[in-house]
Amino acid sequence: MASRDDIKFLSNPNIGQNRKKYCRFKKYGIKHIDYKDPDFLLQFINEQGKILPRRITGNSLKYQKKMATAIKRARHLAMLPYVTDLLK
Amino acid sequence: MLNYEVTFIVDPVLSGDEIKSTAQTYEDLLKNEGANITHIDEMGLRQLAYPINKKFSGVYYSVEFSAETGQAIPKMELALRRDERIMRFLTVKLDKYGVKYNQDKRDGKIGKAKKIEKKSQNKGRDNRNSRSNQAKPAPAKPAPAPVKAKSEEE
Repeated sequence: MASRDDIKFLSNPNIGQNRKKYCRFKKYGIKHIDYKDPDFLLQFINEQGKILPRRITGNSLKYQKKMATAIKRARHLAMLPYVTDLLK
Repeated sequence: MLNYEVTFIVDPVLSGDEIKSTAQTYEDLLKNEGANITHIDEMGLRQLAYPINKKFSGVYYSVEFSAETGQAIPKMELALRRDERIMRFLTVKLDKYGVKYNQDKRDGKIGKAKKIEKKSQNKGRDNRNSRSNQAKPAPAKPAPAPVKAKSEEE
């Protein structure tokens, strides 16, 4: 009775397979990170305003360093906060 | 030729003319020192992320310039530091990518959308295809699960 062909898996087999992380700067050919663009840099900080590690962003070392520099410059110019809560 | 960019925040309490004249002062100072001003970006009044001198907003200016030597920089920074109208400043040396980025931004090539080069995009696509080919045999593993389920239903 219970031979329904449309049900193949009980759960979605794609759940649990972690997607491969990649460096977006390398992938899209972004060579320069602008410190005057806080909206873009917001993607790389957590809600306390801390810089996210490479482990999470997936950036290559070269661009993680450049990105960190850009965030620190933006903080100096009060475009991003040094310390905060509930940023996002 | 060396390329630099100086960004500074002007006190918003000043009147519009005073703010403009402040920016003009540093433009003239750089010109007198023999620097070529490439572009002046008036970013306007912005909210600060944290208070500076008990103020919560500031008028942002960004001046991009090129010079043969960096001799104008210490003079300019000293003037900026002594100026009470300037709340904060940052001088940055631009590499060739930075110069290109600013040029593209002025031409309107960079908007809110991210810059995507065709070559790199194709490369990314090829990688994805090869990866999906490798991944194809994988879904065979979870297949036995439905059989179990059927037996449970019966």
